[in-house]
Amino acid sequence: MKSIWAHRVSRVLSGSIPLVVTLLLVIASALPWHLPLFVEVTPALAVAAVFYWTINRPDCLPLAATFCIGLLQDLLTGTPPGMTALMLLAVQGFVASQRTFFHGKPFLVVWWGFALVMPAAGLMSWGVASAYFQAIVPPLPIVVQAVLTILFFPVLVAFFNRVGALIAHPAG
Amino acid sequence: MVRVRVGRGRLFVPTVSVGGYAPRVIFAFLALAAIALMILSQTQPRVIETMRTGIADAAGPVFDLFSRPAMTVADGLDELDAMLVVHTRNERLRHDNTQLRKWQAVAKQLAHENDALRDLLKAVPDPQAHFVTARVVADSAGPFVHMVLVNAGRSHGVRDGQAVVNHRGLVGRVLEAGEHTARVLLLTDLNSRVPVIVEASRDRAILTGDNGPSPRLAFLAADARVKPGDWIVTSGEGGMFPPALAVGIVSSAGEGRATVRPFVVWDRLGYVTILDYVIPGVLPEPRRTGRAGNLR
Repeated sequence: MKSIWAHRVSRVLSGSIPLVVTLLLVIASALPWHLPLFVEVTPALAVAAVFYWTINRPDCLPLAATFCIGLLQDLLTGTPPGMTALMLLAVQGFVASQRTFFHGKPFLVVWWGFALVMPAAGLMSWGVASAYFQAIVPPLPIVVQAVLTILFFPVLVAFFNRVGALIAHPAG
Repeated sequence: MVRVRVGRGRLFVPTVSVGGYAPRVIFAFLALAAIALMILSQTQPRVIETMRTGIADAAGPVFDLFSRPAMTVADGLDELDAMLVVHTRNERLRHDNTQLRKWQAVAKQLAHENDALRDLLKAVPDPQAHFVTARVVADSAGPFVHMVLVNAGRSHGVRDGQAVVNHRGLVGRVLEAGEHTARVLLLTDLNSRVPVIVEASRDRAILTGDNGPSPRLAFLAADARVKPGDWIVTSGEGGMFPPALAVGIVSSAGEGRATVRPFVVWDRLGYVTILDYVIPGVLPEPRRTGRAGNLR
């Protein structure tokens, strides 16, 4: 009995790792790091996280969780409420539809895929934000954010791979 | 070569395929919910503001805790930077100090003269501004909004609309004050509007943020005599900001248009001061508690 109970707990705990990691990235990106590179724009860490987990662990990141993470980011940072939620959902929806293509492919292919998805996500947010504020939001910071996130992606994937290994072997 | 791995082991075999009918319904529902929230925040801004301040108040202690190590990292980098240039900086500070002593003498003399002239004219004194000092605990730093979250709120006397400054100059204004936290709209934000005056020519304008590093002067008269290097200060119009707060310096100027480089260094925004500027007799003074100080 006990072993079944422990098995369930460890399953739930390790299964929630992608969600917790994504949540921590959202909080980390809102912290005042005071790093010169981060002043204008912080990399869109949540987009990279949703992209990665949708390819590798779609079971651990349900659509509702993605929505909540996006909404939390919107409420924390002051962006139009629902904007990031909508963008993350779109990323997840698209990547899920292409999952069979990306799944198990060499890293460079995945990176290339992210380099296509990230600007599209930025463009979508730009459109939504411009409509919301009823003004043309300057596009340059969005381009900078997209480039920064694409450059940051390998570091994040290395981190996610480590965390992913933890999920696979919860007993150590 | 790094490969994206799929976790192995019996516990985590991907079981849910993202496709099929049900996920599409959920997807459509959530996407519509996101759009509905955006529309709601336009039509009922109070509802979303309450949600936002609630989340900020709840997350405030978490950010307060996590922002300390972040600040330590920043301080460490600063220390390293300072050590590398310690000699040249020392020389410059010596020079600055000599200059400042001269200015101090001039300022004292002018203050005395000012007091004497005020006495002669029986001028109405400027209203007092109370202040609260708070730490920046979160920074949106996104391409869409320029805001920071500070760890002081209504319980410390902070109210919506109050001016926020630091030792360099104007930072922005309080957008939403929660119970223990407040969201500050920086003057570089797309939605920031500050009535300002060009100190040299006394031309009036509205400093308008555009999410870039250099906000521009809007509603500047076509014949305004603005040139790069001119100081920009608040005009005090509208009664929201105290007059003569340092804002920035004109970085470029053309015909009827100019951009301003704010004095505030955004990547060094550690502590800020929130000014409670009340024109006596115009608005009832809010009750103040806690860390509120007094500023003349």
